[in-house]
Amino acid sequence: MTRRTGIKGFLLGTLTIVVSAVVFLVPFAFIVLTAMKDRSESADLSFSWPTQFQFMQNLQEVIAARDYMLIIAFINSTILTVCSVGLMVVLSAMVAFVLQRRRSRWTGLVNFLVLSGLIIPPAVVPTIWVLQGLGLFKTMPGLILIEIAFGMSFSILLFRAFIATVPRDLDEAAIIDGAGPLRLFFQVILPLLRSVAVTVIVVQSVVVFNDFTNPLYFLPGDQNATVQLTLFNFQSQYATQYNLLFMNMLLITIPPLLMFMFFNRQIVAGLTSGAIKG
Amino acid sequence: MTTTTRSRSPYPYWFYVPAAVIYAVLFLLPTFASFYFSLTRWSLFDYKYIGLENFLSFFQEPALVKGFVNTLIYAAVTSGLKVLLGLPLAMLLTSRIIARGYLRSVVFFPVLVSTIGVGITFTALMNPEHGLINETLSAIGIEGPGWLVDPRYALISVALVDVWKGVGLATLIYIAGIVSIPQEYFEAARCDGADGWGSFRHIVLPLARPATATVIILSLIGGLRSFDLIWAMTRGGPGFTSDVIASVIYKQYQAGFYGLSTAGNVVLFLAVTAIVVPLFWFLNRKEVEQ
Repeated sequence: MTRRTGIKGFLLGTLTIVVSAVVFLVPFAFIVLTAMKDRSESADLSFSWPTQFQFMQNLQEVIAARDYMLIIAFINSTILTVCSVGLMVVLSAMVAFVLQRRRSRWTGLVNFLVLSGLIIPPAVVPTIWVLQGLGLFKTMPGLILIEIAFGMSFSILLFRAFIATVPRDLDEAAIIDGAGPLRLFFQVILPLLRSVAVTVIVVQSVVVFNDFTNPLYFLPGDQNATVQLTLFNFQSQYATQYNLLFMNMLLITIPPLLMFMFFNRQIVAGLTSGAIKG
Repeated sequence: MTTTTRSRSPYPYWFYVPAAVIYAVLFLLPTFASFYFSLTRWSLFDYKYIGLENFLSFFQEPALVKGFVNTLIYAAVTSGLKVLLGLPLAMLLTSRIIARGYLRSVVFFPVLVSTIGVGITFTALMNPEHGLINETLSAIGIEGPGWLVDPRYALISVALVDVWKGVGLATLIYIAGIVSIPQEYFEAARCDGADGWGSFRHIVLPLARPATATVIILSLIGGLRSFDLIWAMTRGGPGFTSDVIASVIYKQYQAGFYGLSTAGNVVLFLAVTAIVVPLFWFLNRKEVEQ
């Protein structure tokens, strides 16, 4: 039995590898190849080996384009990602902790709001109106708060599912030892949530880093550009510089790629447990 | 345990407060405000109540109606295909094949890549004259369609790219569902003489039902509000043939019709609730009955 599936598995596996390479890897190969071509050759959009490599030259041009906008965008995106994900993790863990531990008449309402946050599409112009009223429109803190508000629901669901597996005995032991709510949460519970916190951090970082819509609406302006918006730098009505466009794309794909390589396991574990149990 | 006085509970309600303030101000308040502002002619500085006029124009102007219909088509096509492709892929990637880890990574990686980047890349690959897809098709004697420039196929082409990018997540959810099925079930089925199809039909399909529910609901939510990919690939064109509600919202916002844009938001809200909430209830209820 095992041997038979072994051979079948081998053939099936080989076939799948070929198909998956064509379907999933060719587009990435296309990005890399085009990023190394010169301008006129890249304009063909053909999937071909570059006749002349100019990787470094393209790299320099992309970085220097429009007064080093890509560098500014990387700084902006880093600030946005670090601040919003950091705050989101702490705030969602606090909510999930009380939500899971303390059953009361609020539980139903909070659960309902969490699900609403997952399902309801945010209303764009009214959000701009509120941000303007607060003086936060077109500011980085405003966008950070927006990302927190929109990303919190999913994080709470992940944390809640995990906290359910942390025994209550620990809480009681800590309470008997005289710990208040803050010490109980920050010194006893939070350290135990490390694995799920890593998942939340990795998944939300990728989401926020790749976010296009919210920066487009809530943080317009060249000086405020985040990395996803830089992709439109090289597209213009008269001529698109494809080699630079794809070099830009290559550069902004590196952070998610690194995340994926180092945290593959956490991403997979977290997304599936959250999706099934949540 | 519960004898601790309310004020000194180890699980204080004020833990909700910071999150609740952000959520209420930046999510709940705009959502409620959208219902009022959708009934106005609005320029951010002043607004004038005009009743249901925005909604009337939303359902009378052909461009906007098209956007509404396209949204439903797009959501149905993407979530349907994600189920139809995700389940077989997950079966394959949980069976004994070589390079399983590599295959799982390759299928999942597009989920993490920037949507705009994927959109621009496929716009190039789908170019009718020079694009790789049509070059390959013509090499085997098929004349490929115009994909994004053909009004008949533009929306479907974008939907296919959406499936390419999102099928990894559907597969992952299915893998988790299949792995959690106890191995004894398959052994028992084999003893009873079930073949591969039989155990798929009578074990995997019913027991992967929660996974199917999750995949359908997640891809419907994502598909109905999809904006980035369509914007990166067609901007709603040619004409307005691939517009969806989310791109209409953006276009009306750019044009300064804030009331109409917000009405689009309300329409989207109603569409999402009307489709997702009953489905959520239905799929979870069936599960309880079993």
